[in-house]
Amino acid sequence: MPHSPLAEALRGGGWLGDTRAQMSFGPFLLLAVLEGTVMAAVLALTAVGLSLVFGVMRVVNVAHGELYMLGAVIAWFVTFYLPLPPAMGWLAALIIAPLLVAAIAALMDTLILKRLNYDPEATIVATIGLLYMLQQAALTFYGPDARPVVAPFQWRIQLPWFGYSGYKLFVVAAALAILLAVWLFMTRTKAGLVMRATQVDRETAQAFGINVDRVYAGTFALGGALAAAAAVLIVPIQQAHYLMGHDPLLLSFIVVIIGGLGSIRGTLVAALVIGLSDGIISMFFSPTLAKIIATLLVALVLVFRPQGLFGARA
Amino acid sequence: MSAGTKAWGLHLLVLALVFLAQFVLPSYHATNLARIMVLAVFAMGYNLAFGYTGLLSLGHALFFAAGLYGMGLPIWHLEVAAFPALILGLLAGGVMAGLVGILALRTAGVSFMIVTLMFAQAGYLTLLYLNSWTGGDEGFVVARSARVLFGFDLASDTPRFIAAFVLFAAGLLLCLWLVRSPFGRVMVAMRENEERSRMLGYDPFRVKLITLILSGVYAGGAGAAYGLLFGYVGGSFATIQYSILPMLYVLLGGAGTVLGPFLGALLMFYLIDITSGYTDAYFFVVGAALVALVLFAPKGILGSLRERVLQWLP
Amino acid sequence: MTQKLIGMAPSRRAVLKGAGAGLLTAGFAAPVWSQAAPIKLGFQLHRTGIGAAYGRWYERTAQAALKVVNDAGGINGRPVEIVFEDDGTDPKRGAEVVEKLTSQHNCDLIFGPLFSHVVIGSAPRAGELKVPYLVCSEGFHVASGMLNRWTMQPGITDVRAQVSSMAPWVLANLGKKVTMVYPDYAFGHDHRDFFSAAVEAGGGEVIAKVAVPPTETSFTRYLPQIPNDTEVLYHVMVGPAVLTFVKELGEFYGLGAKPQIFGFIDSLEAVDIASPGLEFLEGTHFWEGHCRNQQADASEHEVAYRAAVGVDANGASVSDAKDVSTYAHMFSVWETLHVIKAGMEAAGYQGPADRQKFVEAVEAMTEMPESLAHVQGDKVFNGKTHQVFGHQFISKVEGGKLVKVHTTSIEDSIYPDAVDYMTQSF
Repeated sequence: MPHSPLAEALRGGGWLGDTRAQMSFGPFLLLAVLEGTVMAAVLALTAVGLSLVFGVMRVVNVAHGELYMLGAVIAWFVTFYLPLPPAMGWLAALIIAPLLVAAIAALMDTLILKRLNYDPEATIVATIGLLYMLQQAALTFYGPDARPVVAPFQWRIQLPWFGYSGYKLFVVAAALAILLAVWLFMTRTKAGLVMRATQVDRETAQAFGINVDRVYAGTFALGGALAAAAAVLIVPIQQAHYLMGHDPLLLSFIVVIIGGLGSIRGTLVAALVIGLSDGIISMFFSPTLAKIIATLLVALVLVFRPQGLFGARA
Repeated sequence: MSAGTKAWGLHLLVLALVFLAQFVLPSYHATNLARIMVLAVFAMGYNLAFGYTGLLSLGHALFFAAGLYGMGLPIWHLEVAAFPALILGLLAGGVMAGLVGILALRTAGVSFMIVTLMFAQAGYLTLLYLNSWTGGDEGFVVARSARVLFGFDLASDTPRFIAAFVLFAAGLLLCLWLVRSPFGRVMVAMRENEERSRMLGYDPFRVKLITLILSGVYAGGAGAAYGLLFGYVGGSFATIQYSILPMLYVLLGGAGTVLGPFLGALLMFYLIDITSGYTDAYFFVVGAALVALVLFAPKGILGSLRERVLQWLP
Repeated sequence: MTQKLIGMAPSRRAVLKGAGAGLLTAGFAAPVWSQAAPIKLGFQLHRTGIGAAYGRWYERTAQAALKVVNDAGGINGRPVEIVFEDDGTDPKRGAEVVEKLTSQHNCDLIFGPLFSHVVIGSAPRAGELKVPYLVCSEGFHVASGMLNRWTMQPGITDVRAQVSSMAPWVLANLGKKVTMVYPDYAFGHDHRDFFSAAVEAGGGEVIAKVAVPPTETSFTRYLPQIPNDTEVLYHVMVGPAVLTFVKELGEFYGLGAKPQIFGFIDSLEAVDIASPGLEFLEGTHFWEGHCRNQQADASEHEVAYRAAVGVDANGASVSDAKDVSTYAHMFSVWETLHVIKAGMEAAGYQGPADRQKFVEAVEAMTEMPESLAHVQGDKVFNGKTHQVFGHQFISKVEGGKLVKVHTTSIEDSIYPDAVDYMTQSF
């Protein structure tokens, strides 16, 4: 059988990164921070959707990653079939994809989750089923290939040490804008107030004449729309592929749990911490090792500090 | 006839039929049946935890993989013989389940699902990270010369079928004996009302940990047998899909029934095999089955049957 | 990548019918076989999963090769048909597919799988069923001795041979200090180990090895690990995220100073080189197993092959110029089918009882001169290691096209045998 595993392990994939003089430390750190910020922004958007659904409905939506994937796939359809210049086509996708995904999510809620009376374990099993159904539907209607969506603009920033995509910086700004809009919605509108009231006490909200069914469908739709929006932002950087929902799901889980289940503020802080630390930790350690540590951390947080690291005690 | 006689009679009859099936089935289906028996053992282990004790785990792929690698790595690196390797795999599954259980069993419900999911994901990433020892995603072939058990060549059809059958029969009869024993009743008590069984003097943590370890031994035994019988060990067996499949088998066949896991594995295997002849999206049936079961038949086939006709079914 | 209409890919039944129809017309052309039962070949296909971009083109190439073989009289005077089964690019399903093709569809042999983990997961079952298993994978798994007597790779040179044969040209023309970026799993490790060894043997130095985990979808943060004094950046990536990787490489270097870039075409397989963001590739070099852009000196056979598969001079589908093929790999399917024909005819193959004779006949093969059967070029088959060795091409991107600048010799790619399958029992 092939070569000595021990010698090979010592040679490659060691604990510490290559110590050879690479790009000097400052620019290296700058790049890691830039990449981390982009990741944090997109992750925040995706994870806030998951967190909102858990907070209001107490539902863990395992199909959240597939709603993200659907957003990317719909963005591809929109930009490919609408005879618009790239920037307009992409903008159209940013509106159409979240709306469509929100509609699909609302259907999922009404047709399935509601009938399960939002029983926590049954909904997890059902959303696992939905995960497969959505993924396989994408395979049927979209196909197994990875397809690119052209970025709304091509603009590169040339720094003295390396170049960077201007679009990625735009992604950060756009994600912040959307998150701000969500925050305004939750705090300044009646619908937001109703959602928060339902989150705090479902029975009392019902007693005050709030239509909880509609609130739930709306929350699930909003959660899906946020995942889809994140995907439309990311799809010009990556490509739309029917298996792309897996990673965002796991990362969102990590962020939502470390941030404290259901706490939006905790989720945002955790997204920033995980996004940035992932970029920086992988300068020193193998990125796979960083992921192993993050996953184990989530398990341990749930065991020893279920309110999360950044969430207030519920 | 007493319920006990009927139960033992039925299970022995099923075993006899399965054993005789190898003489009538065409070779394609006979080998499939060997696969299904091993997968059914995996699902029986899952059923002990979920069906009888109410522990809904999303991490059983870790225990299956522990058995697979606990068998395969000693054969690859240390040239251990098949039988001790099989035992090592069995133990690896149990030890892994014990370690996970000590931490995860401090949580319950949704948290338990996510903790087990995260441990399993960390396990999968570790297999990739240690690729020089584990072969990473590519895996490795279990040398044909090592696949000999008590002089029987497991790479040929009849010994393979019989080996799978022996494992299956042992698993099934042990399961039947266990659930009819006093400990089995304590397991069910944990599922139905943990508080009350605590007041009756049982230590829920201890009962659940023992069950989970036993469940891990089943999963590990199945993993070890799968690798030994079919000659391949690889990282794909540690992915989340292999946590979901036993859950699906159990839900379909009937959670908390002794024969349910086998029935579920049998039906699901052929459902996928047959669907793949008509569509590329054959995993759609996995999703649709999960959603339909949780919506319309949460007790599964044998569970519903027991409710209506066969009250004595264990 | 592909922008073709969804649903245009032929469905399984449409394909079978199509193959049947081809058979029928061919049957009229050559009525001699009207009574003969067809030879049934099983094709283990990555139709879904991460290998799907390759799978679609492998299927198309197999269809084209099938038509050519049938039009020329089939095999041993019998018509040929192919049964395609999807393995989802999954090793467990792969083994089941081998079983299904052999025992249920009664195929005479199986060919076609590409991804290494699927090949390694499926080959043991093929060995047990004693069914010839011809892989189109370029992995070093066959020649390393890991597999068995029934598993062969007669259609494409393996990675070890590919990288060993190119290293001298890279060192002589691009630079001596090499940094490698590769996926952190077995396929990438073959690159790492064998290219490093060849570089060191040639007096160069691999100054950094940047391994990217297989689960990665974003790559920029790995790029600063490339040392500043790198003269040649060697990159290889596979999977659905390849375009992201190359784009991010372009953004990273942009207009600034950059090393010579030498890529494995796998990083760009099924990707349109004219995609926005790839302009920086102009002037860089690629390994190609088969030249995607039709070269000035293309042989008549290669031109005929291109037309038969339906690929234009830029390596894209004739029906959709954006639908770029996996041209550097898919010839292996075409050549493997022709090796099957030659092997079956040399063995006087009648049916499954002659499977062992077929394997022995292929093992006895040596020279495979360039022809319509071997459109990629001359090859030499090594019966002991079950591996074929051919020429490799190095191309330079000029005006958005890949222009061949060097062809390696077969001798440069040959390494000491790691196994002698011919001494193993059947």
